[in-house]
This record gives sequence, C-alpha cells and structure tokens, in this order.
Amino acid sequence: MTISEYLKKFEEKDIRALSKIITIVEEGLEGSEEILEYISKKAGNAYRIGFTGPQGSGKSTLIAKLTKRLLKRIKEIGIIACDPSSPFSRGALLGDRIRMNELFLEKEVFIRSMATRGSLNGLAYKTKEVADILDAFGKEVIIIETIGASQVDVEISNLVDTTVVVFVPESGDGIQILKAGLTEIGDIFVINKSDRMGADVLYYELKNLIEMSYQNSKWKPPVVLTQAINNQGIEELEKFIFEHYNYLKENNLLQEKRKEMLKRELASNFEQEILKIYWQDERIRKKFDEIFLEILNKKISFSEGVKKLLKEVKND
Amino acid sequence: MTEKEREELEKEYHLWEEKLKDFPQCSLPLFNTISNIPLKIVYTPLDIKDFDYLRDLGFPGEYPFTRGIRYTMYRGRIWTMRQFSGFGTAEDTNKRFKFLLAHGETGLSVAFDYPTLLGKDSDDPMAKGEVGVCGVAVSSLRDMEILFDGIPLDQVSTSMTINGPAAIIWAFYLITAEKQGVPFYKLRGTIQNDILKEYIAQKSYIFPPEPSLRIIVDIMEFASKEVPQWNTISISGYHIREAGSTAVQELAFTLMDGFTYVEEGIKRGLDVDTFAPRLSFFFNSHLDFFEEIAKFRAARRIWAREMKNRYGAKKKESLLLRFHTQTAGCSLTAQQPENNIIRTAYEALAAVLGGTQSLHTNSMDEAWALPSEKAVLIALRTQQILAYETGVVNVIDPLGGSYYVEYLTNKLEEEAYRYFEKIEKLGGMVQAIKAGFPQREIAEAAYRYQKELEEKKRIIVGVNEFVLEDEKLEIPLLRIDPEVERRQVERLQKLRKERDNIICEKRLKELKMAAKSNENLMYPILECARAYCTLGEITNALKEVFGEYKEEAFF
Amino acid sequence: MKKKIKILIAKPGLDGHDRGAKVVARGLRDAGFEVIYTGLHQTPEMIVNTAIQEDVDMIGISILSGAHMTIFPEVLRLLKEKGATDIHVFGGGIIPDEDKEKLYQMGVGKLFDPGTKISEIVEYINNYFKDKL
Repeated sequence: MTISEYLKKFEEKDIRALSKIITIVEEGLEGSEEILEYISKKAGNAYRIGFTGPQGSGKSTLIAKLTKRLLKRIKEIGIIACDPSSPFSRGALLGDRIRMNELFLEKEVFIRSMATRGSLNGLAYKTKEVADILDAFGKEVIIIETIGASQVDVEISNLVDTTVVVFVPESGDGIQILKAGLTEIGDIFVINKSDRMGADVLYYELKNLIEMSYQNSKWKPPVVLTQAINNQGIEELEKFIFEHYNYLKENNLLQEKRKEMLKRELASNFEQEILKIYWQDERIRKKFDEIFLEILNKKISFSEGVKKLLKEVKND
Repeated sequence: MTEKEREELEKEYHLWEEKLKDFPQCSLPLFNTISNIPLKIVYTPLDIKDFDYLRDLGFPGEYPFTRGIRYTMYRGRIWTMRQFSGFGTAEDTNKRFKFLLAHGETGLSVAFDYPTLLGKDSDDPMAKGEVGVCGVAVSSLRDMEILFDGIPLDQVSTSMTINGPAAIIWAFYLITAEKQGVPFYKLRGTIQNDILKEYIAQKSYIFPPEPSLRIIVDIMEFASKEVPQWNTISISGYHIREAGSTAVQELAFTLMDGFTYVEEGIKRGLDVDTFAPRLSFFFNSHLDFFEEIAKFRAARRIWAREMKNRYGAKKKESLLLRFHTQTAGCSLTAQQPENNIIRTAYEALAAVLGGTQSLHTNSMDEAWALPSEKAVLIALRTQQILAYETGVVNVIDPLGGSYYVEYLTNKLEEEAYRYFEKIEKLGGMVQAIKAGFPQREIAEAAYRYQKELEEKKRIIVGVNEFVLEDEKLEIPLLRIDPEVERRQVERLQKLRKERDNIICEKRLKELKMAAKSNENLMYPILECARAYCTLGEITNALKEVFGEYKEEAFF
Repeated sequence: MKKKIKILIAKPGLDGHDRGAKVVARGLRDAGFEVIYTGLHQTPEMIVNTAIQEDVDMIGISILSGAHMTIFPEVLRLLKEKGATDIHVFGGGIIPDEDKEKLYQMGVGKLFDPGTKISEIVEYINNYFKDKL
C-alpha cells in the first residue's frame, strides 16, 4: 500500500492502518516524514497522562484498571507501554500487556508496546510521535507508561499533560524520593500495593514533602492509596486525574504546556539534525579519529583536542 | 573413625588426588547434577565427617525416617502401582480403569480435562476444542457415577488430580460412593488440592490465594471428621519440577508449601495431629539418578524434623512424609520415543530406591499424545518387573551408607534450608508467590537448562546427540474422537432439563451465603452435588464471592 | 527494511503449561527480536487483536493440550477476516505429524516438536525474512 492509501484508511479509523503507520514512523521507514506532516496538522486534541515509577510498582495493572473505569465515559483510549531493550542483544521482551488482558477485546482501546531501543530516558525514541499518531486517529485519552527501571525517568513529564508517579511501600523513604527529583514532576502521586507494610508511613512522608515543596502552588499534588489488583483506590485516582485536567484547562495551562513541549521538541530535533550533519561529514570524522589518537598518545591535552576539533568545525 | 584414622585417610586422599592430574577428564558434558550441584569424582568417609547413624538415618519406620517411613517397606507391601489415566468421556475412562485394574494396577488415578480442571462445564465457550482431550470430562455427579460404574469404591483407593475445583469434584466422588452404598469413612484416596503450586507452576488456579486456602482447610477439617482415611492434600513438587526447577527448588518449594498448609490448619484452631497424618506428597523422579534418591531421603528427614520441633506434632503419623512419585514427563523425547521406556525405567528405579509409597510410570508416547493401551501396558510392566524381578525390594534403603548418597542427601537438605530462609524473609510462601520469587527461580532454572542443552553441556540422546535424521514416527497414537465434545454437551443439556432446577438454584444460593460467612464449605457443596448442580455452576457461584485470580508472568 | 522483527508468543486456550513459551520468548529476545508475551488463557480473538495492534511480523503459538485443530484454524480465520494475512503463524508443542500436515495445508508455518533448539527457531525466523526480501 502507498502512504496515501494508508492515510486514507487511517482516516476511516482502520486499526490495521493505524498500526502500520505507527510501525513506519517508529522504524523511520520511507514515508514517515509524509505521515508526520499529515499527523502534525491533526494532533493536539488528546489528553495525555503519563505513568512513571520504579519497576514492579504496578503501573501496568493500574493503567488497566483505570482504563476500565475511564471507558465508562471516554470513548477512545490509546495506551503506549514502554519496556527496555536488552543492551546486549538489542532484543526486548514486551510484557506490560500481560497485566492489561481485560482490555484486549475492548474495541475502543488500542495498546502498543514499544521497546526503548537504546533510549535512556525511560521511553522509546519515538514515543511522542506515536502519541501524536494516536491523537490524530481520534483517541481522546492517551496513557503512556515508562519502563520505570530507574528512579529518574523524568522525561515523561515533558510529553504529557498529567504525570502520575507510582510508588510502592518499599520504594524507600521521602528523602530518596526527593533526591530522585520525582516530587518535581509528579502531578499526582500513587502508593500502590498499599496493603503492604509501610504504606501509611510513606503516605504521610509524601504528604509532608508536598506540603513543603508546593506551599505556594495552585496545584498541590494529591497522594492516593491504591491496590490496583483489587481495584481499590482507582475511583479516587480517576477523580484526581479529572481534577488536574480541569485545573490545567481553567488556568490555560494545557496550551502553555503544549507550547513548551513543541519548543522542546523543536530544539531537540534541531540538535539531532545538527549532530547528524556533523557526524555524517567524512572529513570531520577523520579529524575526530586523528585528534583522538593525539590525545591518547599524550601529544596534546584533552582540552586542546576539543578546541582543535571545534576549530575544524567552525572552519566549515 | 578416630581422629588419627581420619588424618591418615585425608593424607592418602590428597595423595590420590594429585595422581588424578595425569588422567585427563572431559570438559563436556558437565559433571555436576542436573541441578548444578558440583560433584567430586569420588566420595569418601571424609565427605560425611559428622555422620551419626542414629541422628541422621535412624531405622526404617522410626524418626527421622530417612531410610523409609515403614518398618518393613516393600517386604510388607509393594508400592501402589497407580497410573494416571483419563481421556474422552467418563465411559472411555471407565474402560481404561478396568483395563489397568485387570492387568495388575493396584490404585486408580484420575486425569481430568482442562475445562474440568478450571471448573468449567464441557459446554462452556472456553471449553471448545478441549473437552476430553487431555483428561476425562466431568461436569456433574452423573459423569462421576459413570466414571466409577462397576468399580466398588470401598475396594479401591482413588487419587484425583484436581486443584482449583477440588472440593467440588471430591463432593461428586463422595456422593457417588454414597449412591453405591459405601459410607464415607470407608473411602480411601487422595485429592491433589495443592493450590500453592498452581500459582507457582501448574497454573490451574481459579480463586485468589486467601479463599483458596480457606477451602483447603475446610476440606482438611471435614475429612478429619467424616472421611478419616482420605489424604486431603497431595503437596506437589512434580509440577514445579516439570516447569523447569532444579531438584533443590522442587524439594524446598514443596516442603515450604507443606509447612504453609500446616500453619493454615493451626491458624484455624485445628490440632496438628488431627490433620497432619493425612497430608501426603507428590514428587517427580527425574533422570539424575542419585540426586533424586538423595532428594527423597532429605525430604523425609526435613519434614519429620520440622513437624516435630517446629509444629509440635506428637503422633508418629504426623511426622511421616508419605509420597507418590511420577517419572519425569519433561524428560520424555518426541524423537525416538521408544527410548522413553528406558528413561522411565531408570526414573522408576530411583523412585523405588528412594522409598516411594506409590508410583506412576510414564508411557513412551507421551511427548506426542495421551498413552495408547500398548504403551501404558509397557509402563505398568516396567513397575512390575522392578517389583518382582530385580530384587530391589528385598532390602530397605539399599543405598544408605553410600558416601556419595549421604553427602548428596545432606547437601540437598542444606540447600533447601537456604531457600526456607529466603522465603521466610519474604514473609512466607504466600507473600513469596505474590512477589514472584519461586516463579522467577523456576523460569531462570528452565532457561539455564535450555542453554546448557543447546551448548551440549548436557546431552539428550536422540535430541542433541545420536540423532536420527528424517525420523518417521512408528508407534500408534491415541486419538480423541471429536464426537466426545458433542456427546458431552448433549449429556449436559439433558441433565439440566431432567433435574429439579428449583432445588439447584436454592442450593447455589445457600452456597454463596456460606461462602460469605465462616461456614465449612464442604457441606453446602455436597448439597449442590446431590442436586446435580454442574461443576461450572458451583464454581461460578464461588467465583461471584471470591473473585478470580489473574497471574503475573514471571520470566 | 525494518530494523526490528516483532514476534507475538501466544498461549491460547486453557492450557497452563508455559515453560516452553517463556523459554522461547526469552531466547528470541536474546537473539535480538522484540517479543510480545501476553500470558495464559488467550482466546484466538485476543491473540489476533494483539497481533494487529502491535503490528507483529509473526505469531508463535504454543499448545500442548491437544486443542490445536481448533485454535490454529480459528486464528487463521480471524486474521483473514481482519485483513491481516501477512502476519505469519507458526507454533510448537504436542502436535502429531498427521495433524501437522493438515495444518500446513491450511497455511500454518513450521510446527516445532519438543526438543527443538531455540537456535532452530531463530534460524527459521531469519530465513523467513530473508526470503521475503
């Protein structure tokens, strides 16, 4: 099929076309630019929620239960679940769907797993683009899940309107959470598996932290206790998500956030393109290798080498 | 040995060890056990330095029962030859039971089909294509009556491999006996009823852990009063091993599951000596001959010790680890299937030298299909030849005192206790299961084993060595008639029309009420069975109260 | 040319034996593929929906309970119905040779026996895609 044929089917809400288009863009295959052009005109309506937090905190189960609830009033939902690629084999075991089994036969839910393929910020490289595609397809809510391996998957907050940070009672104490920078990006905090020991302690520590950090803010992130596996606390979580959405809308922050996102995306793409240009330049690469050897053999110092390289680039 | 003798021995041993260097050893395959316990080339008294006969072995029939749980073991009674059977309709399986009994089988063992194992009737939409295919379909009391038609239940002992819906299937069996005029107290047999290993390995769970454990204790309580000769749980390691675990993991997780059931019983307020004598076990017998024998011996010793010291059991019967063994299904090959007869024979020998009370031997064609009549007969004969021709039944625990076997027994016990500690730190077996600990250990062991096979560190004849190119399968295979499903569905629909549906409704409602309260569920379940409520109807009623368990896959 | 081959490893029906499926999934990951595993008790409809949403190249079905003559044809039928016949179906487990023949006739790809090495499956997948080019 040609790209325009795919796009035509896409407009007709054909799932296979949606899926194929995501693949083309994710893989950077021929036609992805044309697709992204088309998408950029249509995307921008969906409400995006991000879920981050350490591995094993139950993000996937939470998302599944939340989605089940949302389906009562939201028609179209898209979910992007990220999982790490093996640094050795570059393969990946994408298993987040296991916890979302109950959604497989829901026509309005589209779930896509994405491997990080070397990206280090907890998300796949093309997560934003795929979210845009789902947006353009007509998904009203898009949920994005990070891999959650490290405590510091903060990039997600740049991609979504509402960031939910999920902990479990064993996640550590308030100081560690503060250090990880997670209190800065969370719009809503969840303590999942709250039947485990330590849930109450963590709850109060988090609440105190938030009191201190958000004294003068209009939005004070709430803390929700959940047991996703038993469907407990999901109603409350949903309520706070909608509260945050309204807060953003009423304060014109949705637009602000998206402006920021666009700017950041532009800068990042620009940087990547520049880097590509220079790295693809044969001459520069040769010079790089030469200078590297000079540094290695102690003919020049490290900083001298950097300066030399820069001069080479500037001479272009 | 005196200190001086030991020193002398040690000196001589080291001298001998030095000479070994002149004789090269192969690097492949691996010379450790299948569980990766490293092995020396020879074992001497030095390897069992603190050996104390009375403390470590004792005599057969006496604490710590390492050598065997009975005074006379096989001289008193040969192990039960109990072949796991079941396929098609109840009539088909009834025929197979009678065939095996006529040929010398001494106990019955029922294999149910997948829908039945998961508490679903044969006409459930998810049952399509699965009715009677890997076991017998039993959807109601009527099926159970047909299954045991012509088989007097006071004269056989029956083992039923059923877990999630164990209480219900057992109820069908009990009422079948009732209808034959056999009182409950005369019934002998076992229900597997070991839900913990379902979460870990076999995956035929229905309800979440807490209500499942409640039902199990209900069964234990009921049996201790009404069906005193019945084994209420067959605490299983077989499936854990089949899922890929090592022998150590099989030993440790099985015993830990056992301890958990004991604790649940005690929590309910039951006196341990009232239910512990009826706990039984079910182990795998795999290919690493000596490791398996050591495993069985270690299991007996550990169980006896913990039951006595930790749980304060006073009756001797509470300390006995009685077990059934099945030869390892996962060791069977699809290639050159006749070879499986030999594998099964070795595994059966290990089980007997390990002192099993009951044995199932696999058939050679089981990597392809359910056993054909010809294949299952050979499997039965394997046991009979073992019992009557080889002489291994003449002496109890013939390998006792072997330096290697005693070393391995100690080693497996040591490794098991390491796992006990880890699991206790996680908060006990139920918490460990929720956290995925045993599941991950097993998946890791399974993957490691596969890698070893592919790197030829372990050899399987016919599979990665001594392969026959372009093999053609030349053994007859059992085929299940697709008519089975249709017949079952028809029978079910007929049953639903003919029974008193008002009473059924009533009984199911009463069951739900009982499930919500603290009542022992066996009584209302028996009432439902008597009214010919179907398996699916009873299971669904309980699902409404208890919910369904959804697993997390652990790699 | 796509960078990554995506495979869905599926456990259909009521069969709970997942040792093989999990070992294969992990092995394929170690061979560089992106593997989707969705757990036990999948219906053919769930499998096909997942395959389409994830745009997988192949579906590997693991079945040991004897229900293969029901499951495979149903998966093929649904793939056809949803216009996704370019997704290749293969499998493994306990399937007698006679039934394998029938399934091959229907369009199922290779059916692997017990004892198959992971490297064989990897080779099969790589060769399949080499030919596609």
